[in-house]
Amino acid sequence: MSKFKKKKGGDLPAISTASLPDIVFMLLFFFMVATVMRDSTLMVKNQLPAADQIQKLDKKDRVMYIYAGEPSTRYAEKYGTQARIQLNDKFATVSEVGAFVLSERASKRQELQDVLTTALKVDGDTKMGLISDIKQELRKVNALKINYTTRVGDFYQNMD
Amino acid sequence: MAKRSAPEVNAGSMADIAFLLLIFFLVTTTIETDSGLNRKLPPIEEIEDPPIIKQKNIFTVVVNKNNQLLAEEELIDIADLRALAAEFLDNGGGEGEEECKYCQGPGDPKSSDNPDKAIISLKNDRETSYKVYIAVQNELVAAYNELRDREFIRLFPSENMSFVEANKKYYDPRTSPQEKIRLKPKLSEVKLLFPQKLSEAEPSKTN
Repeated sequence: MSKFKKKKGGDLPAISTASLPDIVFMLLFFFMVATVMRDSTLMVKNQLPAADQIQKLDKKDRVMYIYAGEPSTRYAEKYGTQARIQLNDKFATVSEVGAFVLSERASKRQELQDVLTTALKVDGDTKMGLISDIKQELRKVNALKINYTTRVGDFYQNMD
Repeated sequence: MAKRSAPEVNAGSMADIAFLLLIFFLVTTTIETDSGLNRKLPPIEEIEDPPIIKQKNIFTVVVNKNNQLLAEEELIDIADLRALAAEFLDNGGGEGEEECKYCQGPGDPKSSDNPDKAIISLKNDRETSYKVYIAVQNELVAAYNELRDREFIRLFPSENMSFVEANKKYYDPRTSPQEKIRLKPKLSEVKLLFPQKLSEAEPSKTN
């Protein structure tokens, strides 16, 4: 009769971890979907200033990005520490901005060409001289809609 | 003898592999900042006959090369800029045709006539730091937004939101087209009460 007797053991059955991969995969997929891959690697320091009166940028296909700031430490040896402009994947001079905007504009769909915004992602420590030069170039090619990309935060974070 | 079942494949390491991938993505993810201050640059064509603007209708803000802030030629702290700019815009010192009915300012005859005439002129030096410039821009936009909020709530109390919120809703792609059509005239009406007239002079050169 002992055949039908339940085995009484002190040890608890092990908790099944079979669903753990599923949970982790779920998280993984979430991050893979939510990740926005950057088009170009940053070659400049890019600590954006803070502002709180901000508006969201347009859809991504209507925006072109201009980066500026000091070359990051990796490039500092070659390019010095003067603030520079980065267009796509390389450093550029002020005079190249116009051509960049025109080529970006030409690569967009016809109906979007008039509504393009130029997002200026400029490091907070850059001097205004460079930015004024960029703005002047943008005016020359009639790219008048600009956006100073900022972090969310109070203005006094910019004062130190 | 009992039948032997096929040995179960150990799936314990599956979690490790997934974790590895997860951590890789967590580390490489950079959340793109995609918001900022929208501005419009003036077209490059010079206007042949620039309209004559009365001095009292201009509020000059200068940021010098030492990142000091001057409003109307007086050294001020940036924390006061928002209030000063709002007071200037909301002054309503005009009379007769230029009277401003919705302004709540002191009506100082030495300050701006009405918000439509009032111009804020921002001038910076080539040596000014970008983050200070952004802080100043931010405060000036904040002054406009504050006044627009006030008017929006006064004119459309049934909306139950401020101008900034309504504007955000208007630009939100999730908002239905009907809602957008409904919001648009209200937004432009308030924008017209306090038009953003922010002029930027060419930066001065430091010798």
